[in-house]
Amino acid sequence: MFLFRLKRTIRLGIKSLWMHRLRSMLTVLGIIFGVSSVIAMLAIGEGASQDAQEKIARLGSRNIIIKTTKPPEDQSATGQRQMMKEYGLTYADAERFQDGIPNVRIIVPSRRFSQEAQYRNRRASIEIVGTVPWHPDISAMKVKFGRFIVSNDMQYKEGICVVDERVVKELFRFDEPIGQNIKLAGDYYRVVGVVTEQSNTNTSGNNFGNQSGEAPKAGGAKTGCVYIPITTVKGRFGEMSLQVSSGAGASIERVELQEIIVQVQQVEEVMPTRQNVQTMMTRFHKKNDFEIIVPLELMKQAKEIQRIFTIVLGSIAAISLIVGGIGIMNIMLATVSERTREIGIRRALGAKKRDIVVQFLSETLLLTFIGGICGIALGMVIPYFVSQFSQMKTVITLSSLILAFGISAIVGITFGLYPAYRAANMDPIESLRHE
Amino acid sequence: MQKLPKAIEFKDGSPILDMKQVCKSYQLGGSELKVLRDIDLTIKHGEYTAIMGPSGSGKSTLLNMIGCLDRPTNGNYLLGGQEVSSLDDDQLSTIRGAYIGFIFQSFNLIDQLNVIENIEIPMYYQGVSEQESFKRARELAVMVGLGERLEHKPSELSGGQQQRVAIARALVNDPLIILADEPTGNLDSASGNEILKILLDLHKQGKTLIVITHDDDIAKSAERVIRLFDGYIQKQEYN
Repeated sequence: MFLFRLKRTIRLGIKSLWMHRLRSMLTVLGIIFGVSSVIAMLAIGEGASQDAQEKIARLGSRNIIIKTTKPPEDQSATGQRQMMKEYGLTYADAERFQDGIPNVRIIVPSRRFSQEAQYRNRRASIEIVGTVPWHPDISAMKVKFGRFIVSNDMQYKEGICVVDERVVKELFRFDEPIGQNIKLAGDYYRVVGVVTEQSNTNTSGNNFGNQSGEAPKAGGAKTGCVYIPITTVKGRFGEMSLQVSSGAGASIERVELQEIIVQVQQVEEVMPTRQNVQTMMTRFHKKNDFEIIVPLELMKQAKEIQRIFTIVLGSIAAISLIVGGIGIMNIMLATVSERTREIGIRRALGAKKRDIVVQFLSETLLLTFIGGICGIALGMVIPYFVSQFSQMKTVITLSSLILAFGISAIVGITFGLYPAYRAANMDPIESLRHE
Repeated sequence: MQKLPKAIEFKDGSPILDMKQVCKSYQLGGSELKVLRDIDLTIKHGEYTAIMGPSGSGKSTLLNMIGCLDRPTNGNYLLGGQEVSSLDDDQLSTIRGAYIGFIFQSFNLIDQLNVIENIEIPMYYQGVSEQESFKRARELAVMVGLGERLEHKPSELSGGQQQRVAIARALVNDPLIILADEPTGNLDSASGNEILKILLDLHKQGKTLIVITHDDDIAKSAERVIRLFDGYIQKQEYN
């Protein structure tokens, strides 16, 4: 009985919507865009957040990264130009962390700078990372072929290197990289291993000069990394770098280490250890030449930013859904007054108020339902194109589909009720007389 | 849904409609406009009654009242042995669907539905199953001579044909009373005669018929003529 009515009500609804195809289609468009924008916005937001969290997770949630930054120019020294600037992290800092801070497990001192690598006739700009054998322990990096740097390499300052997959792709193409020599700033280094790609921890603010005076690539652009024993780097590249600044000539800078990564055993120890590192650093570095990055903190911030992002995008999309709903209400009100006579006829032939409400409400719901389905389809296509054309990661979650569809259903009911209610409460005698 | 006492058997001659002292008035700009005054009216099962009167005499209001579209301001109205004036909107709707068959001057078919679907409407609201409803609608369409035009839309039919669809629709729930408001008013005389013939046939089959008309021919065909004037029953004649 109920099902039979439902079936006929829906059929009747489709019929009268079909009568006004163009009008129905235009009405539905509002819902389609509303639903698809909710889904697309949430997909973009979710993708961005997952992307950020993956990047941060690759830095390691138990890590504390201490980086060298260029100290602000000394105000008193502006008149007499300092020819040699010495700043940044030192090997002594690394030792102090090792000895002076409890719970510290692994310390990875490293130097980083941009350089051009050459293999046969191919060239690629890469980042040289002077590091220690235990570097893979503190990162998500995995050795894919060959081996990583070992302590013997350190001891004998071997001219070897380990490259990541990006370098392999750019420099070797189809050649077997292991055993080949690549040329870095005039010296040859034998490739002994290949590791997986790492997210670039360089932030664009850190402009470390390199020997050729070439500015390193912006932090956003990915470059491959070549890992070399830190002792080799120290021996062959030294610690000096020539900094060419526009208009002010050149200056020499001396930086021992660009980065020290400290890993603790438990996630809970991260924040207290960070405090210890901070205290220790401020005691020994009078110049403000370092920054401390805690991925765990970044992750929390990213989550918070993501939450705000989702709320903002979601509300914009929800507003467009509401606008779509108002469009539907507008059309339904017009439909009701257009069909006043039909309502009168139906009432005279035994329709209760409830029957009239059901009839008009089901038309509205049909509109929003169709709009919801099309909107979901469109909403799933948009993120695909967004990630195709902008390299942004997008993630469509089931909950966003349900949310969008749920909102459109609520919009349909909310904005359909009033026109339906108005239709039902028309005086049957008056409506029969209506021309 | 409340079931109506459809089981009550009405024999010819027993009153199925009984109005006592029925009044209807509207408030118009502070003054009271009396449309019906103290109507006493009894109609027996199987009777064929014509209601006549000049415009504004309250014919349509009386018909709406009989058809449960309107409620009396004062007085009692028994329909099929049931007091109607105290029923709520839902119950009145159910009674309209089950007891009353309306035929209008302007046919009042729904344009986007075809013949069969138009005939089916009253059965839909009484909860008749789809197969049964379709079967019955087709029977009635054939009966009024539209067996060939089941799928046609009202706009594709002549006025006479449309009114026949409306008659089939009025009969579909086997109502106690058929109410016709100037059924031939919008038709040419040939079609009008056809409609009149169908109504007479219905009367012969024992249907109770109340017709509002300006047409003396129709009035002559009725058993009883009620003349309204200014809200009163001015006179009643039996032919």
